[in-house]
Amino acid sequence: MQDEERNVLNKFQHGNIAAFELLFYQHRRAVFGWVLRIVRNPAAAEDVTVETFWRIHRSHARFDPSRSFEAWARSIATHAALDWMRAQRPESAIPAEPHELAAPSEGDPAIAAEIRQRTAEAFGRLAPKLRIAATLAVVEELPHKEVAEALGISVAAVKLRVFRALRLLRKDLQQQGITP
Amino acid sequence: MNANEEKRMKELLQQALPPVRDADPNRDLWPSILRRVNARAVAPSTFGWVWFDWALAGGLVVFAALAPSTIPVILYYL
Repeated sequence: MQDEERNVLNKFQHGNIAAFELLFYQHRRAVFGWVLRIVRNPAAAEDVTVETFWRIHRSHARFDPSRSFEAWARSIATHAALDWMRAQRPESAIPAEPHELAAPSEGDPAIAAEIRQRTAEAFGRLAPKLRIAATLAVVEELPHKEVAEALGISVAAVKLRVFRALRLLRKDLQQQGITP
Repeated sequence: MNANEEKRMKELLQQALPPVRDADPNRDLWPSILRRVNARAVAPSTFGWVWFDWALAGGLVVFAALAPSTIPVILYYL
């Protein structure tokens, strides 16, 4: 870490707003991109990014300047996104009259599109903590270690959450007559 | 769920939710953050006072437990 960077981090830790602003402009894109990967909605990602930097500022005294600001910010962003997801209404219930659908994306494109739509809806009904783990590890294909650090849990716990998410998703789809 | 089923579910999920590309926010978010920071600086910290009140009450209880004879004196000054 360079002296200038360390100096900025030290100033931030002591509550210096100019240093905080500098860190915001340095890391806003990374934080916004991370949040967007989780919430998958640009307008919501902007709100969560504001909330994230607000929490970062609020916690400035707890920041350890010898550690990575980006990793710390990512962890705070993940928890802010999780809170946002918990505050949202879950996706609408499973359709009342399920009908059989041929499995994967091959064949009729309309059926494939419907399966994708139903998969996305079923995924939206999962618990937020399972959704985040599966989104980052499966959809975004990020290393489990990186996901674990962001969520503040072990790699084994990430794998377990991903497995539970996929199992519940499969069960939900099967209840709708879709055999993945 | 076996390994094949797990793999198939991962593929299905990736088809349903394509990865998000890197993007920038549509607006400058700094003014919104600064407003919240300034609002907090102006508003008194409710949590801080609650914390202080509870610490003071806890201290008095501990003090009274250690020296019961001082309870009348404490009550007198309340």
